[in-house]
Amino acid sequence: MPIEISEKTIKHEFIEKVSQLSGQDIFKCFQCGTCGGGCPMSGQMETLPRRIMRMAQLGMEEEVVNSQTGWTCASCHTCTANCPRGIDLARVIEAVRLLTLRKNINMIEVSKLPAETIRELPQIALVSCFRKLTS
Amino acid sequence: MKVSYYPGCTLKTKAKNLEEAAVASMAALGVEFQELSRWNCCGAVHSLADDDLIHHVAPIRDLIRAMDQGSDKVVTLCSMCYNTLARSNLLMRNDEVKRKTINDFMTEETDYHGEVDVVHFLNFLRDMVGWDTLRSRIKVPLNGLKIASYYGCTLVRPKDVAIEPVGERIMNEFVEAIGAVPVDFAASTVCCGSYQVLAHPEAVADVIGRIIESASAAGAEALILSCPLCEYNLAKKQDELVRNGKIAGKLPVFYFTQLLAIALGLGPESYRLDLSDVSAIECLKARNFPVESAAATA
Repeated sequence: MPIEISEKTIKHEFIEKVSQLSGQDIFKCFQCGTCGGGCPMSGQMETLPRRIMRMAQLGMEEEVVNSQTGWTCASCHTCTANCPRGIDLARVIEAVRLLTLRKNINMIEVSKLPAETIRELPQIALVSCFRKLTS
Repeated sequence: MKVSYYPGCTLKTKAKNLEEAAVASMAALGVEFQELSRWNCCGAVHSLADDDLIHHVAPIRDLIRAMDQGSDKVVTLCSMCYNTLARSNLLMRNDEVKRKTINDFMTEETDYHGEVDVVHFLNFLRDMVGWDTLRSRIKVPLNGLKIASYYGCTLVRPKDVAIEPVGERIMNEFVEAIGAVPVDFAASTVCCGSYQVLAHPEAVADVIGRIIESASAAGAEALILSCPLCEYNLAKKQDELVRNGKIAGKLPVFYFTQLLAIALGLGPESYRLDLSDVSAIECLKARNFPVESAAATA
């Protein structure tokens, strides 16, 4: 599917916001794909981190924010550790997540979790999950 | 020797076997772990957004507690707590602007500049006790047991808080010190899927299946780790993985502290195999190591 990219489509504010929140220069990315190659969750990701980075560079706000990538990420920092350009991708993905979470949107409904699951899970699972997937 | 110790929430509930084995082992080695007199949840994950300082307050408050009781180091066991405390500590050491904002916000606390060292138990064992001392105190060497060491994420990433900055050897050294045989395997630092077990359990099942199979294929008879969330994913989910055909057979999983307590010849009330999957005790009994479940006395 052809994508139109022009000065009209590039959301500069979005690029600015992601850069600010993450503290990263997303334009350093040269699309090698090392991030997705090492990602343990990549099998579940429709959009690999490399594409997220490119779309972020091109200011494709809607595509980035609506992708499932950040909600599938386990924050394991493998991409960060492996990036040959020294980009802390975990921070970029965190910034993308926060653009949604800060609108008071939850990606997991705590009240709908089965009681059995909550009973058996270690607290760190619940705390980290709520930190990453709830507003 | 007295040392400040931060347990974290999970070690008081779901991971008592991680904590009790460690505290008892330290006592046997002549080290008294003094739990911080007041502590709170560290928040489990390090806050990554540049403008999100409020989530650093919890772990830093714990470090201030350690400093206020006169400690220059705090030892911790849970991999996630270690990572969260250590990263916040670095922030307070290295980022002057954020340090000031956080200190100004916590008006009720002593100002903090990263005075306390956050030390993972494995580093403490190596650097303060020493492998030679440990070796000399082993009563039940786990001779011949082939052990895969699973680091997961938070002990080794990012590298500025890694318990071992280059390569992964420290857990193998531990395995050798307790008389067992270290087994290297490719997936030792592959993430277990972490908290995604709640949101994407099927993806996590795939990942842990690959990790278990990688360790088994390398010849491991058991796997050790230091994180209650890794333990939940890698140990408690194995029956399901066998049922779904994702792994050929179960691989016994231990907290490394449980094997430490067993090797030091301590009793079942310390290593708490009753809280681990039954495959763990079966694995040791099959090799005639003198272990029992503490179910009756717990």
